[in-house]
Amino acid sequence: MGTLMGYKRANGDTGIRNHLLVIPTVICANQVCSRIVQMVPETVAIPHQHGCSQIGADKSRTFETLAGTGRNPNVGAVLVVSLGCEVVNPYELADAIRVTGKPVEVLDIQEAGGSVKAIQQGTEIANRLRAELDKAERVELSLSELIVGVKCGGSDATSGLASNPALGNAADRLIAEGGGIVIGETTEIIGAEHILAARCRTPEISDKLYHIVDRFEKEVERMGEDMRGGNPSPGNIAGGLSTIEEKSLGCISKCGTAPFEGVIEYAEKIPGKGLYFMDSPGNDIECVSGMAASGVHLVCFTTGRGTPTGSAVIPVIKITGNGRMYERMADNMDVNVGPMLEGSMNVEEAGELIWQEIREVADGKLTKAEILGHQEFSINRIGPSL
Amino acid sequence: MAETIKSGSDVIVMDVKDHVATALKDLAEGQTFYCRIQDEVKPFTAADPIPFGHKVAIVEIRSGQDVLKYGEVIGRATTDIQVGRHVHVHNLEGIRGRGDQAGK
Repeated sequence: MGTLMGYKRANGDTGIRNHLLVIPTVICANQVCSRIVQMVPETVAIPHQHGCSQIGADKSRTFETLAGTGRNPNVGAVLVVSLGCEVVNPYELADAIRVTGKPVEVLDIQEAGGSVKAIQQGTEIANRLRAELDKAERVELSLSELIVGVKCGGSDATSGLASNPALGNAADRLIAEGGGIVIGETTEIIGAEHILAARCRTPEISDKLYHIVDRFEKEVERMGEDMRGGNPSPGNIAGGLSTIEEKSLGCISKCGTAPFEGVIEYAEKIPGKGLYFMDSPGNDIECVSGMAASGVHLVCFTTGRGTPTGSAVIPVIKITGNGRMYERMADNMDVNVGPMLEGSMNVEEAGELIWQEIREVADGKLTKAEILGHQEFSINRIGPSL
Repeated sequence: MAETIKSGSDVIVMDVKDHVATALKDLAEGQTFYCRIQDEVKPFTAADPIPFGHKVAIVEIRSGQDVLKYGEVIGRATTDIQVGRHVHVHNLEGIRGRGDQAGK
């Protein structure tokens, strides 16, 4: 059983990073949050567009995504920054994060007396929380505690031929250690859902998988749109992918071969170990943000075209099967399995390379996205703005 | 699952049932390329330029026919496609996610 060094949280959760997270409840608080994180080293924020003029399922999705990100085990403490008049209640949000036992504080810009005073107060609070977090000792954790999200983006034909099967091999290794894997992208299993459904542990799980795909496809029908206007994307098409079905069949191999233990909603907490499907869009940032909110420790992200995507709270490991792109975008890439397509690396060897990278990144090695400060964040939206 | 790729392969076929192979290097129009299906290696001639990562027909495909890659349906041919032709969005269309065809 492999081990790594990480952080034990008050509720028993284990993290592989020790972030202080500053959460704006609403777009109006973004700038104050950005200034606070500039003032306090090793502090991250998740600016977003939402938190106001939202009702029902959308309001709840924003709330759950923010709360889940705050609860992520890579986060040690949280400062919630509110404007004061938005629909996401900052005190309810703080309570929803505080259940983990981590320190959570709230700052209200209107109560503080404006941006300048809020930045000053927020910086003081953040400095205090950061100093506490810096005292945390790294402790030995088991690899079985690790939950990894698998994602692909900026795909080309090499994704389905090389990087996704290689990532699937690494995913099987983590499952064999007793860990967890989460795959998402409902859009990008269209045409391949029957293969995943056949692997569900129970008929109920299989039904739910078919249901979320049907729900998505009906929504596309209701809009009267041809999905090909956006997916496959222009880059996917230039890279040789012709249809969503072809893209999906290449996508699914990235989650390995384990049975599915369940299908969860976007940003819903992952209930256990083993393999789960999260109902989520193919959109890279929305999907990775949903995975972070669901509690994954890191994401393995395959790409053929090349993308810099990162996250404020979870490391994102970039893997490519396109050796030509690797040469061009080495700044953004962590693992190159391009030699698979030249016949000089087999899927086992490529899987081992990714597995080693997962272990090293979980143990503290920074990903290219972390080094470059890529912290994209976006909440999946359901309905209209009011 | 990906077939093990032999060093120097021109194209890869993912499943014995497939109608298309994927180019592992740029193929020029008129170029002979070799395609391994299970243990058999057969020569083909590219009738179009086939860029790296793009598909080439390895069997005759009829207009309206389902096209297979990974042993599964990846869409439908919109014209007859001869062996050696480039198979892409100009002669292959997705069947799923087609809200534009809803109710038709």
